[in-house]
Amino acid sequence: MSPRLRPEAMAPAQAVIDEAMARAKGECAVLVEEISEAEVRFANNTMTTNGVRRDRRVTVVAFAPVDGGTAAGTARAGGTVDIAELVAAAEADAAASPAAEDAFELVEGTVDDDYGLAPGGTDLLVLEGVLSHLGGTFERAEAAERTIAGFAEHQLSTTYLATSSGVRRRHAQGTGALHLVARSAGGARSTWTGSGTADFSDVSVDVAEERLVRQLGWAARRVELPAGRYETILPPAAMADLMAALYFAAAGQDAEDGRTAFSGPNGGTRVGEVLAPLPLRLWSDPRAAGLGCAPFLATGTSGSDVSVFDNGLELEVTDWIESGRLEHLRYHRAGAARSDVPATPPIDNLVLELPGTTQNVEDLVAATGRGLLLTCLWYIREVDPATMLQTGLTRDGVYLVEDGEVVGAVNNFRFNESPVDLLARAVDVSRSERTLGREFGEWLNRAEMPAVRVLDFNMSSVSPAS
Amino acid sequence: MSHVGTPSDIFDDDLLAAIRDTALTAARDAGCSHAEVRVERIRSQWIRLRDARLESAADDTEIGVGVRVVREGSIGFAASVALTTDEVRHVVDQAVNAARVTAFAATTRVELAPEPSHGEVDWRSEYDTDPVEVPLVDKVELLAAWSAGLLAAPVISHTMASVLAVTEDTYFADLSGTVATQRRVRLHPQVEALALDEVGGGFETMRTLAPPVGRGWEYLGGDGWDWATELAAMPELLAEKIAAPTVEGGEMDLVIDPTNLWLTIHESIGHATELDRAMGYEAAYAGTSFATFDKLGTLRYGSPVMHVTGDRTTPHGLATVAIDHEGVAAQSFDLVRDGTLVGYQLDRAIAAATGFDRSNGCAYADSPLHIPIQRMANVSLQPAEGEGPTTADLIAGVRNGLYIEGDKSWSIDMQRHNFQFTGQRFFRIVDGKLAGQVRDVAYQASTTEFWGAMEAVGGRSTYRLGGAFNCGKGQPGQVAPVSHGCPSVLVRGVRVLNTLAESGR
Repeated sequence: MSPRLRPEAMAPAQAVIDEAMARAKGECAVLVEEISEAEVRFANNTMTTNGVRRDRRVTVVAFAPVDGGTAAGTARAGGTVDIAELVAAAEADAAASPAAEDAFELVEGTVDDDYGLAPGGTDLLVLEGVLSHLGGTFERAEAAERTIAGFAEHQLSTTYLATSSGVRRRHAQGTGALHLVARSAGGARSTWTGSGTADFSDVSVDVAEERLVRQLGWAARRVELPAGRYETILPPAAMADLMAALYFAAAGQDAEDGRTAFSGPNGGTRVGEVLAPLPLRLWSDPRAAGLGCAPFLATGTSGSDVSVFDNGLELEVTDWIESGRLEHLRYHRAGAARSDVPATPPIDNLVLELPGTTQNVEDLVAATGRGLLLTCLWYIREVDPATMLQTGLTRDGVYLVEDGEVVGAVNNFRFNESPVDLLARAVDVSRSERTLGREFGEWLNRAEMPAVRVLDFNMSSVSPAS
Repeated sequence: MSHVGTPSDIFDDDLLAAIRDTALTAARDAGCSHAEVRVERIRSQWIRLRDARLESAADDTEIGVGVRVVREGSIGFAASVALTTDEVRHVVDQAVNAARVTAFAATTRVELAPEPSHGEVDWRSEYDTDPVEVPLVDKVELLAAWSAGLLAAPVISHTMASVLAVTEDTYFADLSGTVATQRRVRLHPQVEALALDEVGGGFETMRTLAPPVGRGWEYLGGDGWDWATELAAMPELLAEKIAAPTVEGGEMDLVIDPTNLWLTIHESIGHATELDRAMGYEAAYAGTSFATFDKLGTLRYGSPVMHVTGDRTTPHGLATVAIDHEGVAAQSFDLVRDGTLVGYQLDRAIAAATGFDRSNGCAYADSPLHIPIQRMANVSLQPAEGEGPTTADLIAGVRNGLYIEGDKSWSIDMQRHNFQFTGQRFFRIVDGKLAGQVRDVAYQASTTEFWGAMEAVGGRSTYRLGGAFNCGKGQPGQVAPVSHGCPSVLVRGVRVLNTLAESGR
């Protein structure tokens, strides 16, 4: 049973919404996010920091008729909010703003059955399983002269969204992550494992520890390799980060402006173009099994692909890439209408898959004559938006595969690669599994990815980091 | 009856005193050897214009109370957005409980290095006009005018203009008796122009080099940066860039402007000299450091002209403050002297664990709901003694190289050895003179080799403060603002890459 938030501390979310609605002079959207979090951090075989918190954010979006259309203004505040002040601030911003480029009729009302329910909470009890195993993990690490560092966090967030057009939505979700790093004495060898989870019921420190021990064992033999292009197996965690970079860069308006790798000639986009010879599918679905996320749009801020006017919009399964072909870019309704495409705003999960494949990561390793198996990627940054070239590092374990077996660990590398190009060059793809990107998992926790083999991954230089 | 607080009266003295007394008394009663309570209100405003039209604007007020305790050698932290004395009592209970339950798995006791009471402190950063108080319409008009000016140039197809303004109010009190009320104001304005390459396809962008600063709205009026001159020069510079030849990679000498170098300092010195990293406490996330503690006083970090300091005192610096989030007074200290590693950035726990008498004041939490951790001071490379050498003097010393302005892409490995940076503008240097821009440049190096190859630093006339709002560290992730001062420098024999070739094109 999950703990309750102390109801006496603040007025209920629904009451806050009702008051804001009553005070608003015109059309508006009100978003209340109730967030409860607990986390523990550890390093050098001991506990370091921790935290338990209760957060609440109230966002009021006011819409106002202005010269040439409708303007929007947003004010957000945390905690026990002065609603009158917040509504007035949002309305003042709307009145002071020019007509919004993304103005659109507000979404028709839908009322969720559970709208009236109170928010759930979380606390350190959710991490009891992790905490109770860590003591033993630290003891075994000490005995084996390795050090463990890591982090376990759990968040329970409940979103309440209401609009003056009758929308009353509620969505509750749990988001958790476990990271574990093991380093040999002196730090010459290191390895990592990470998992994303909704409630920690599917996370085992013992299983993670076994994996760390196995991977550290692989590093008993050390092989130095120079920079160059290598046959490389990118594991699901690495693909999660590379596909997140691609997904974040998939705004349709930006492509039409000519500023992304998805830009086509003459203000067009590359939608419809085959990006990958394999029939890969990259998709998001708020109802995807095990990856569930908010099935409606809720935002306080407009951007090139999300709009405050779209609050309450039903989110549907969206194929970004289908059968290797670029199918959709990210659009809010106003942008989609201008470009005569369906509205496909961002959704908070991402799956890459090769339909029908049955092989796993081990099968990819077994089928490799000589190549590299990575653990994860780190410090990934865009170098050139025109090609979507990303730079970054391999981190915590690069393994040498020979004749289908891991035979040792290699130094780390800096890579320069474009995720779009990688999809085009993928020669082998495993079935997809729930994973956590080391770099972007913080922003895109819900991901299912395959391992992917490419023949010529660009390791630009050697990194002596270990 | 419990006191109730809302954003408009967070700095009501009675409420703060009630929260402080409730928190510290409850923590003392629970047997805590240390406790600190922090109430914060962080107001921010984000505005972005696309092609001179407002795309997004949002006002935000973050508010809350956080309590950190040390009890029987174990740390606990809890926080809430509800500012009532009842809730604060509950928060202390949660923090004490967190210290208790994590103690079962702990193998080491946490101690904090001592810090005397600083009594009552009232401080605010140097600014004239609180940017959050400036009407939205004035801000939008200014950015729209700047954008329209750029869009009038035929070469420019699109613009993006944004400002992030933050006013951070902090009330801090601890068991030793320090009670600090502080306000910090900061601004990050940016304007980017995009030109389409009609000949070769593709595009190029150019962004203003103006840094984020600890100043008020007067910064956009020209106090601390010459916006008019910078914006006026952008169309021609961008036209030259889009027509520029692609770079021929190889080893060459670099003259690096402070507008680019600050980020190289941030990544390869700032993070590498954080002692919690060097001791392995960030191994799971931000990473460790090649500059391990056993090398203090001996590691050759760079050439003899390299003198790097850390401080939380520089006027307009983004990390500047009077009292840090652990109650430690702001200080200034050496990190690298004559090319040798001589110091680290510390918080109280890491100072105590490594035998320092005192923290040098580098604790920060980005929110009242987050625990303070060691974060970066303003880490700065000191210029040469006199006004010179000038940037032109440094360029004159290069036969074949590049002069680099403005930061763009950045990446460095988890021990801070191998880095790669791009920039906003790259000018070829031929026989001591600038010879036009080139495109598609990245420079790649290893930290100690790079700084070891630094032949000269510019004089005081070349010194500028750069910085960032978004330095990431810790789990859960926290972002911190930080400034870095530096002169122009000359570095010999750096590996320059062609980014098109890197992408296999």
